[in-house]
Amino acid sequence: MSMPGLTPSQTAGPYFSMRLAAPGENVLASDAISGERIRIDGVLVDGAGHHIEDGLIEVWQANAGGRYRHPDDGRDPIPLEAGFTGFGRAQTSFEDGSFHIATVKPGAVPDPEGEPQAPHLNVIVQGRGMLRPCFTRIYFSDEEEANEHDLVLGMVPVDRRHTLIARKVESSADPTVFEIVLRFQGSDETVFFSF
Amino acid sequence: MKDEVNLRHLAPAQPDDEPPFRYPDYKSTVARSPEMDPVRIVQTLSETTGPGLAFSELAGSDADLTTNAGTGSAAIGERIIVTGRVAGEAAEPIPGTLVEVWQANASGRYVHWREVDFPAPLDPNFIGVGQCITDGDGTYRFITIKPGPYPWGNHPNAWRPAHIHFSLLGPSWGSRLVTQLYFEGDPLLPLDPIFNSVPEHSRHRLIARYDHDVTVENWALGWRWDIVLRGPEATPVEDDR
Repeated sequence: MSMPGLTPSQTAGPYFSMRLAAPGENVLASDAISGERIRIDGVLVDGAGHHIEDGLIEVWQANAGGRYRHPDDGRDPIPLEAGFTGFGRAQTSFEDGSFHIATVKPGAVPDPEGEPQAPHLNVIVQGRGMLRPCFTRIYFSDEEEANEHDLVLGMVPVDRRHTLIARKVESSADPTVFEIVLRFQGSDETVFFSF
Repeated sequence: MKDEVNLRHLAPAQPDDEPPFRYPDYKSTVARSPEMDPVRIVQTLSETTGPGLAFSELAGSDADLTTNAGTGSAAIGERIIVTGRVAGEAAEPIPGTLVEVWQANASGRYVHWREVDFPAPLDPNFIGVGQCITDGDGTYRFITIKPGPYPWGNHPNAWRPAHIHFSLLGPSWGSRLVTQLYFEGDPLLPLDPIFNSVPEHSRHRLIARYDHDVTVENWALGWRWDIVLRGPEATPVEDDR
């Protein structure tokens, strides 16, 4: 049987916000959703050190119990909650390249061996000047021990792991704020994945 | 607990069929591409699940871009039908998945506050966005206006070929696809660095073909474009004869 071949990717261009990342799509969890309320304050930076004013940041995450809303995750003892898909997206700000994701902290999802992964958001970066999706993850600085044992973080060279860990703003509470820079190129380039 | 998780490994990605991250003829890629090779990771539930199903369930159909401005009048331009099948690599249809589109109007103008340089008219009856959910056969279908080409600042006298932006989440995080549909026979295609960033052998997969069976008599010309998303590894078929 001849395979038709995957449809190649193309840039989202400068005008994706006509359709994608509408206002409010960056808020994944209303107050009714259980879990620790968090906010990611991020900024997207290019190889010349300039902020990227038209990037698309997409997030996929488990709920606070660590379960994905997907048929392949059938762990019924962990309840799903109406109104929480675990998906959100944001456009970076034209003024300063910043983006904000308001959600609840994901719980631990099992790795292929059944061991818990450290809490993380799955992230895709796209936009003008990006011909393919860039896959990465955001981990949390206050999960040191879980991060230490995480299977995927363990596959990342030690000196680059910090690029995946959002730093907790110590003074913040409800929501707990975590800051991260997503960066192309240079010594602190964000780790992007293939799988 | 582990038994309740169905970890369906995705078939290998096909980076040789994809554009590179950095393609200097498309100037914006130079500073907006990773310098280091991607780090290869194992696939976990995080990669093999995805939001496509849950997000699509929340969405409705809004597939007629010639009327969805809501003004009560039809958009100006060449009315066309764009349809095709969304499938996985083993040709299995992907039903119930959201397809989102955005595009320029017949004059090549986008409805976006940043588009200010190109002196082409806006059409009050065209907003250039739509969405639909694939049916049980994986088929999507839009009615729209054929978008016009438009100039951009990449190089002197640069023009984008007519195109429609497509966004699909698909069944897994690994199946995420943002791409562009082009039209067969467009003379600008060989001149466009974004289209040409795709390796020659897979470029044709981005081109919609004129299909007289899709055309509706006395109403609109039809174009067909099938979309193939990354999917689970094929399960071996047992021969039980």
